[in-house]
Amino acid sequence: MSNASLGTRVVRWIDYRMPIFTLLDHAVGSGYPTPKNLSYWWNFGSLAGLVLVIQIATGIVLAMHYTPHVDMAFASVERIMRDVNFGWLIRYVHANGASAFFVVVYIHIFRGLYYGSYREPRELLWIIGVIILLCMMATAFMGYVLPWGQMSFWGATVITNLFSAVPLVGDAIVSWLWGGFSVDNPTLQRFYSLHYLLPFVIVGLVVLHIWALHRFGSNNPLGIDTKGDKDTIPFHPYYTVKDLFGMGVFFIIFFAFVFYAPNYLGHPDNYIPADPLVTPAHIVPEWYFLPFYAILRSITFDVLFIPAKLMGVILMFASILVLLILPWLDRSPVRSAKFRPIYKQVFWLLLVVTVILGIVGAKTPSDPVFADKCPVAEVTEEEAAAIARGEMEEKKPPFCFQYVHLGQIGTAYYFLHFLVLIPLLGRFEKTRPLPPSISEPVLGGGTAAGAAVTREKA
Amino acid sequence: MADDDGGSRRDFLYIATGAVAGVGTLAAVWPLIDQMNPSKDVLALATTEVDLSSIEEGQSVTVMWRGKPVFIRARTPQEIDEARATPLDQLKDPQSDQDRVVKDPWLVMVGVCTHLGCVPVGDDGDYDGWYCPCHGSHYDTSGRIRKGPAPENLPIPEYVFLDDTTIRIG
Repeated sequence: MSNASLGTRVVRWIDYRMPIFTLLDHAVGSGYPTPKNLSYWWNFGSLAGLVLVIQIATGIVLAMHYTPHVDMAFASVERIMRDVNFGWLIRYVHANGASAFFVVVYIHIFRGLYYGSYREPRELLWIIGVIILLCMMATAFMGYVLPWGQMSFWGATVITNLFSAVPLVGDAIVSWLWGGFSVDNPTLQRFYSLHYLLPFVIVGLVVLHIWALHRFGSNNPLGIDTKGDKDTIPFHPYYTVKDLFGMGVFFIIFFAFVFYAPNYLGHPDNYIPADPLVTPAHIVPEWYFLPFYAILRSITFDVLFIPAKLMGVILMFASILVLLILPWLDRSPVRSAKFRPIYKQVFWLLLVVTVILGIVGAKTPSDPVFADKCPVAEVTEEEAAAIARGEMEEKKPPFCFQYVHLGQIGTAYYFLHFLVLIPLLGRFEKTRPLPPSISEPVLGGGTAAGAAVTREKA
Repeated sequence: MADDDGGSRRDFLYIATGAVAGVGTLAAVWPLIDQMNPSKDVLALATTEVDLSSIEEGQSVTVMWRGKPVFIRARTPQEIDEARATPLDQLKDPQSDQDRVVKDPWLVMVGVCTHLGCVPVGDDGDYDGWYCPCHGSHYDTSGRIRKGPAPENLPIPEYVFLDDTTIRIG
C-alpha cells in the first residue's frame, strides 16, 4: 500500500488508534447495509437531524444577542430583528425551524405508524423517539416564551397552570416552576437556561435513537426483515445521495417560508410586549400543539372522582404517552399497512382525526361548527321575570354543535384507535400474504433468480 | 440475623454505606431543586397597600400584588343585592357573598381565573360580573364561578383595612 495517498494514510493511522472512520462507515457509509426498497417517506429521519443542527447553530448565535430579562427580552429580540447583522434572517430561520422540525418529525412518526416501524424488535428505538418528541415539545414551548410577547407570557401562564390540577401539591409545583407567585423574571431566566440545555439532551437521545436503529437497521415499506445481501444496498452512496436530494427539496420549501412568509405560522399578538394585566382575547398555542390543546379543552365534565381540569391534563399527556405502549398494543403478525387492509383505513382516519383536533384547538370552544351563531333560548317576558325571582331555572338554549363537541368526538376516537381498534385488529384482521423477501416480487422467480443476480454482480 | 455465616458485619457496612450515600445525594440534590422556589426578595414583595378614596361607586381598579392582578371594585347596591339574592345551591363552589367581603361596598379579589390563570374581563359575562376570554368561564358580581370550566370562585386575598380608605393586601 505504498502508493496510497497521504490522506488515506492519515485516515488509516487515526483509524488504527481510534476507529472513528470505521464507526462512521458502519453508521452512514458503505458498511451499513440498508433495505433496497426504502421510499421517500424514509427521508424524514435525516431531515429531522438536519433541522436539529440548524436549530442549534442558529440558537447559539441568537443567544449572543438575546437578554433573558423581563424588561429587556422583548427589546433585545427587536434589536436582533432590526440592528444585528443578518439578525432577522437568523431569527426567522430559528422560528420557522421550530415549525419545520415538527412537520418533519410528525411525518416521521406517521411513517412509523403506517409501516409498523415500532414493532418488535424496534420497540426501544420507537420509545426513544417518543422521548425525543417530548423533549422537543418542552424545548419549543420554552423557546416560544423567550421573546416575552403577549402570547409568550400567556402561553407560559396557561401551560404552567396545567400543573395546578395535580391534587394536593399542584399549587406548590406551580410556584416552584415560576419561582414566584406568577410568571415573572425568574420564570423567564430558567426557561432560557433550559431552552439552551434541552437541545443537547435531544442530541444525546438522537445518538441513542440511531444506535438502536443500527442494531436491526431500517424497517421498510414491506415491513418484512431483510434476508441477506440481495435485499440490501450500502447506505453510502445510495441513501446519502437520496437524503441529500430530500434536503434540497426541504430547503426550497423551508426558505420559501423564511423569506416570503416568515410570520405565517406565528401569531401577531406576540409582537405586543407581555402585559401581566391583560389577557389576549384568544390564546392559542403554536400550531404543533393544537391537537393536544384540543384534547385538554375537550374535557368539560368530571370523570368519576377526577375533576374536569385534571382529567383534561391527564388525557393530554396520555395522548402522547400512549405511543410508548403502542408496540405492545399492536399484536398483528404483519407490520406494514400495505398488507393490512383495515388498519390502512383506520390509519388514515386517525390522521384525519388528528388534523380535525388541530383545527378544533385553534377555534373558540363555544363557537358553532356549522352555523354562524348558536341560537339562544327563547324566553318570554313572564319567564324572564320568574327566573329573576329565582322561581324558575334558567332556560337552556336548543342544542348547538360546537367545536368543543367536535373536540370530544375527536378525543374519543383518538383513544379508541390506540386502546381498542389496534388491539382488536391485531387479533381479527385478515392480512394479505407477505412476499417471501424484498427482492422476490421485483426480480421474480424466487430466491434462485435473486441469488443468480447477486452472483453476477459480484 | 446471620451471625453464624459471618455476613452480618459486611451487610451492616453495605447498608450503612448505602444509607450515607443516599442521604448525601438527597442533601446535594435538594438545594438544586429548592433554588427554583420563590426567593427571599420575591417573598419580601408580598404585601401591597392601596388607597381606596379615589374609587367611585361602580368603578373597578386593578392593582398588582405578587405579580398578579387584584381587582378592587366599589360595587353598586344592585350588584350587592344580585349577589346576595343568589341561592347557594345554584353555585358550583358555594360561598355566600358576605363571606367574600370585609366591608361593603368593597369587593377585593385576585383577578386570576381559577381554570388556567388568565385575567378575566370586568363588566362582562352572563352574570354581570367577570368573563374569562381564554376558556369561557363566567363569574357573577361576587366573583363566584357560575358557568364554564373554572372549578372555583375567584380567590379572596388576605387583606385588612388600615383605615376607612386604605387596605393592605397580603
